[in-house]
Amino acid sequence: MRYLPKSPADREAMLKAIGLCSVDELFAPIPAEYRLNRDLKIPRQMAESEIVDYFRQRSRENGEGYTSFLGAGAYSHYRPVIIDSLISRGEFLTAYTPYQAEISQGTLQSIFEFQTMICELTGMEVANASMYDGSTAAAEAVMMAVRLTGRRSVVVARSLHPEYREVLATYATHQGMPLSVVGFGDDGRVNVAELESLITPATACVLIQSPNFFGTIEDVTAIAEITHKHGAMLVVSIAEAVSLGIVEPPREADVIAMEAQSFGVPLGFGGPYCGVIATREKYVRQMPGRLVGQTVDRQGRRGFVLTLATREQHIRREKATSNICTNQALVALMVNIFMAVYGKVGLKELAKQNLAKTAYAAGQFSKHGKVLFAGAPRFNEFVVETSEDPCAINSRLLGHKVIGGFHLKKFYPELGNAALWCCTELTTRSAIDTAVGLIAESERSVRSGKEEADVAEVAG
Amino acid sequence: MKHETPKATCHVNQNEGLIFEKSSAGKAAWKLPPLDVPEVDASALLGPTERKDLGNMPEVSEIEIIRHFTRLSTWNYAIDLGMYPLGSCTMKYNPRVNEAVARVEGIANGHPYQPEKISQGALQILKTLSECLIEITGMDAITMQPAAGAHGEMTGLLMVRAYHQAQGRPRKKVLIPDSAHGTNPATAAMVDYAVENLKSDSRGMVDIAALEAQMSEDVAALMLTNPNTLGVFEQEIYKIADILHARGGLLYMDGANMNALVGKVRPGDFGVDVMHLNLHKTFSTPHGGGGPGSGPVAVKKKIEPFLPTPVLVTKSDGTLGFEYNRPQSVGRVRAFYGNFGMFVRALAYIQANGPDGLRQTTEDAVLNANYIRKGLEGTYDLPYSTSTMHEVVFSDKLQVKKGVRTMDIAKRLIDYGFHPYTTAFPLIVPGALMIEPTESESKEEMDLFVEAMKSIAEEVEEDPQFVLDAPHSTRVSRLDETAAARKPVLRWKPAV
Repeated sequence: MRYLPKSPADREAMLKAIGLCSVDELFAPIPAEYRLNRDLKIPRQMAESEIVDYFRQRSRENGEGYTSFLGAGAYSHYRPVIIDSLISRGEFLTAYTPYQAEISQGTLQSIFEFQTMICELTGMEVANASMYDGSTAAAEAVMMAVRLTGRRSVVVARSLHPEYREVLATYATHQGMPLSVVGFGDDGRVNVAELESLITPATACVLIQSPNFFGTIEDVTAIAEITHKHGAMLVVSIAEAVSLGIVEPPREADVIAMEAQSFGVPLGFGGPYCGVIATREKYVRQMPGRLVGQTVDRQGRRGFVLTLATREQHIRREKATSNICTNQALVALMVNIFMAVYGKVGLKELAKQNLAKTAYAAGQFSKHGKVLFAGAPRFNEFVVETSEDPCAINSRLLGHKVIGGFHLKKFYPELGNAALWCCTELTTRSAIDTAVGLIAESERSVRSGKEEADVAEVAG
Repeated sequence: MKHETPKATCHVNQNEGLIFEKSSAGKAAWKLPPLDVPEVDASALLGPTERKDLGNMPEVSEIEIIRHFTRLSTWNYAIDLGMYPLGSCTMKYNPRVNEAVARVEGIANGHPYQPEKISQGALQILKTLSECLIEITGMDAITMQPAAGAHGEMTGLLMVRAYHQAQGRPRKKVLIPDSAHGTNPATAAMVDYAVENLKSDSRGMVDIAALEAQMSEDVAALMLTNPNTLGVFEQEIYKIADILHARGGLLYMDGANMNALVGKVRPGDFGVDVMHLNLHKTFSTPHGGGGPGSGPVAVKKKIEPFLPTPVLVTKSDGTLGFEYNRPQSVGRVRAFYGNFGMFVRALAYIQANGPDGLRQTTEDAVLNANYIRKGLEGTYDLPYSTSTMHEVVFSDKLQVKKGVRTMDIAKRLIDYGFHPYTTAFPLIVPGALMIEPTESESKEEMDLFVEAMKSIAEEVEEDPQFVLDAPHSTRVSRLDETAAARKPVLRWKPAV
């Protein structure tokens, strides 16, 4: 086996040194009746070339070569080449959690920079070293608000990513946290009057997303005002991190739960991604997850360590702020490199291109289908309502190697034949025009079908 | 350094500030293509929600970013540099073909919501890996959704609770041995179970009499790590399973140490009902300085209805797809389907090994741990003499007499070119030195390790202060953790 660095003679010598005759003796503690006396029924040992072939084959069966208009919590942005060059360095790739600070300064300093940049972008005072993803970060942020307020109920926006809502529901089930859902108005934003009626003295927090699941930017100031008036906390989820380049961050939030996948993390069929929680300094001791802090060594030199560990499971056990241990460090490093590449000016320009592509696409789509929620600003997603079922349109688009918008019926049946479309800096004008062309065709054929039916009715 | 060591030498590494300290206006590492659509006026589109300023985000060039992170990387220890005997954390070789196949276009860039029709490649990977893991564990069904081991524990206990609820009542508590990982009790609390501690016997195994006495109709499950954190296989596992099952309880196995069992014995065969795996520990996915992980949970048939949604199924037309309509499911624990990129790597690892390679891997891991035990017995105190599986736990009892503790020995080990072992865990061994070499170490590397540990033991006798001041060869000396926690500085701020 090519990963094992021992010759048969080495094994013999080692067994002899231990004072054993055979390897089987090492497994004597396992009761004989349970020992597996056959080969596992798994694929046979393969050569590296065969493994590469196997995955290339799977890749060809997996949407290779399609242009996609999918967003909905997973965004396709350009990944600068140096991200993979740098994260492939074995010193980053094959290091464990930086428990031994003296020989982990690379990872620790990088996390410290990550925490800093997340703070700069979100307008918060502290950020942690990462969470699993945006959905679990949102659930953990809510639990943090429950601990901080001593209240238990939670109001969740219906315009929050539906799968994030499902994850929160799972986490909340056994925490005795009643959830209520606040709907959205005609502009796709949280219905503020309804929100006010749902907040009670037992409300720990309000959880919204901005830009929300429909790509619409929420009126965070108004929501924060109502939330804070009732002594509850505002938790804001950000699923599309690139929006932070051009959209004002939710500075009025008490906790921000973010998905940073947009910053240089491959789509990867849904993971691994990079969740983050950012908050105010005064709440840091209720924050879940690892934190890196600056300190000095015995000679007074600057260095970094994991800190405030008394919040965490290995110290506090059942009284910890969360059970989280492993996080997404290597993915956070991708995010960190991405943020350094684009920086203060590039992120803004990148976000602006997303805005321009989306404005163009929404404008073109609205000539043929109906673009919903036009009354509020949006970032890089928008909802298109068509006469025909989006599934039918999408399957025709697939023939043109285009993946159309995300069908909303499953999560929002009230929106009818609606789909969520996303454009990023990678979306070309010609792909937009192809998609718009097919929608125009679909609308024309539905209309002429209707006219024929009307004519038939009149004739009948 | 007092001692010339065969493995470590001094090596120049470069000083490097924070990325912010290199920034100046006008430098850039990016270039966007020209827009093929009309420019927009952001303030007209966004109104008051337009962001004007990005604060102290850096402005640097590409070469500076490359040098910055390359220099930082040289300050890390890594499995690629040498032995990383961090017990229970299991740092084995991370094969590079895993990385190559994870970056193949259609695999790296698949969108989670792309139509199932054009996702058959990803779904096939998911299915094949699921089948392999079910066979390896001897269980009946699996969810790949949890993002890490602790997340898997939570998912597992949610299913335990749902199972009991379906029998009439969820029960009240979970039994956890005193040797358990800290995540176990923290997880039980998240699922609203009370935690009851279960003590170990003199052999370092579950005290069967204590279990018998503590087991009741209120106990939902026992969370057992097997082999446990002492590296000891629970030899009376069949009794443990029987005691639980007789009173309707479930046996949960923390599979963190599954690397000691693969191909030799299957938890499903010795009575486990629910268990999680850590793909980075047993199946070689990289840990990258703290993550990502992946924590699949395998279950017996009776638990299957409670798996998180969605569940992968083969449809009537033979294609693969997700089933969302699962009325008894515990719900969703993460958006999308889990850390898919880790599944790709784990499957590539299984393929590279095959049944014979996986078995040999397990045998070598156990052989290595026993070789180290033999080499260090007598030099360090061995609190439990029970047979060792994949890791061995010593204590600093002999060295404490000179005022030197496990952490000090660990820091001195750095000077010899090794990553330290796990210190001060498991909690049932005061001053623990928990050593797990894994199968990835050659005899030569382990001989160097044993020699280094013996040499440190001698230093403790001759010059304990020298050990207390270690490490001597690193960029920074011991860092002031107390100061870091007392007045936390968690981000950089520009000097005013």
